[in-house]
Amino acid sequence: MCATCGCSSDGKTTYYLVDKDQPHSHDHSHPHDHVHPHDHGHTHDHPHASEKKIIDVEQDVLHQNNLLAERNRGYFDAKNILALNLVSSPGSGKTSLLERTLKDLKGELEFAVIEGDQQTNNDADRIFATGTKVTQINTGKGCHLDAHMILHAMQGLKPKDNSVLFIENVGNLVCPAMFDLGEKERVVIISVTEGDDKPLKYPDMFHSSTLCIINKTDLLPYVPFDIEKAKANAKKVNHHLDIIEVSCTTGDGLPLWYNWLKSKVMQPEAV
Amino acid sequence: MHELSIVMGIIKIAEDHARAADAAAIDEIELDIGTMSGIDMDSMEFAWTQAIKGTMLNDCVRKINSITAKAKCLDCDTEFEIKNYYDACPVCGEHLIDIVQGKELMVRSLLVS
Ligand SMILES: Nc1nc2c(ncn2[C@@H]2O[C@H](COP(=O)(O)OP(=O)(O)O)[C@@H](O)[C@H]2O)c(=O)[nH]1
Ligand SMILES: [Mg+2]
Ligand SMILES: [Zn+2]
Ligand SMILES: [Zn+2]
Ligand SMILES: [Zn+2]
Ligand SMILES: [Zn+2]
Ligand SMILES: [Zn+2]
Repeated sequence: MCATCGCSSDGKTTYYLVDKDQPHSHDHSHPHDHVHPHDHGHTHDHPHASEKKIIDVEQDVLHQNNLLAERNRGYFDAKNILALNLVSSPGSGKTSLLERTLKDLKGELEFAVIEGDQQTNNDADRIFATGTKVTQINTGKGCHLDAHMILHAMQGLKPKDNSVLFIENVGNLVCPAMFDLGEKERVVIISVTEGDDKPLKYPDMFHSSTLCIINKTDLLPYVPFDIEKAKANAKKVNHHLDIIEVSCTTGDGLPLWYNWLKSKVMQPEAV
Repeated sequence: MHELSIVMGIIKIAEDHARAADAAAIDEIELDIGTMSGIDMDSMEFAWTQAIKGTMLNDCVRKINSITAKAKCLDCDTEFEIKNYYDACPVCGEHLIDIVQGKELMVRSLLVS
């Protein structure tokens, strides 16, 4: 088990870089030759045996994850990579949105993708079919990605300078909210087949995201979803949130998403 | 069940610090947990009893300082207690609020021997 990630306590995390010549799954047994940073800001004095003593710790529990997230963020900044963390319930359309985006913006932007699922390489295979570099992370029993997994996924993926890196998180609106991956923006996706009160039920996720995509708008005539109410609920939870309505099936609204994406891509400085 | 990851994180921090102080056991642990930290206390309780078995926290007394979430209204500057992100300002009714405390999730101190 990996000491920094408690949730994969029995099922181990695996990394699979989809490879066009020879698709194979390699099971990194997670070699830990690198030292993750961890500074203790305290002094050690010498206690006598069996003497009780108080230690002031004052350390954030997510400290280890946050350090690794900052390390990832530094890597992305250095290479001018725009990293986006896509979160949603299972089935809201994260992979569909990526498939469309990767096809429609091919040639305009350079992409790489990290797929997070508990099991299977299905999503990575769908991404690979669009001609995009992709690594699948299988978390086993783990219900979210963490910064440590991203660090390892990056070792095989090696996204290009000035590229956009999409990280599709495990389908779950609860705990991915707590784990910074080092992303620049967090994008939460809901679909109109879910309740319009979803932002109120899972406020942490909506509070920590910068963009909300409402997907499957083609189904609006058939479902009781009140889109204005959903938007108002999302804004109540996070007044900074941008909202874009799309249908990955018909393509409606996707240009708004593409414009948002392009506005976030930083142009490399001209020398 | 991210509470299990969180508990594992707490155990790691506590054991690292206890070992660095050459301690054999952790008798008490003091945690700061904000009411809007994203931790469900029932899940935490469950994860805790499972995860501390066989660690230096096996017989540890846990003290939790629950930190009540507060927000500040961006319109009228009122500070008030909140239970949800969508709570409105009690003075002006606005939802333009920013959280000022209540997201804490911290190991404050240990008593070791
Ligand atoms: N009607 C409709 N179905 C969609 C749309 N986007 C995705 N889907 C379907 O929703 C299901 C789940 O999509 P997927 O992208 O795998 O969701 P993920 O679990 O979030 O990655 C699939 O059957 C998709 O075909 C949409 O805009 N409209
Ligand atoms: Mg998917
Ligand atoms: Zn984890
Ligand atoms: Zn590692
Ligand atoms: Zn989780
Ligand atoms: Zn007010
Ligand atoms: Zn604000």
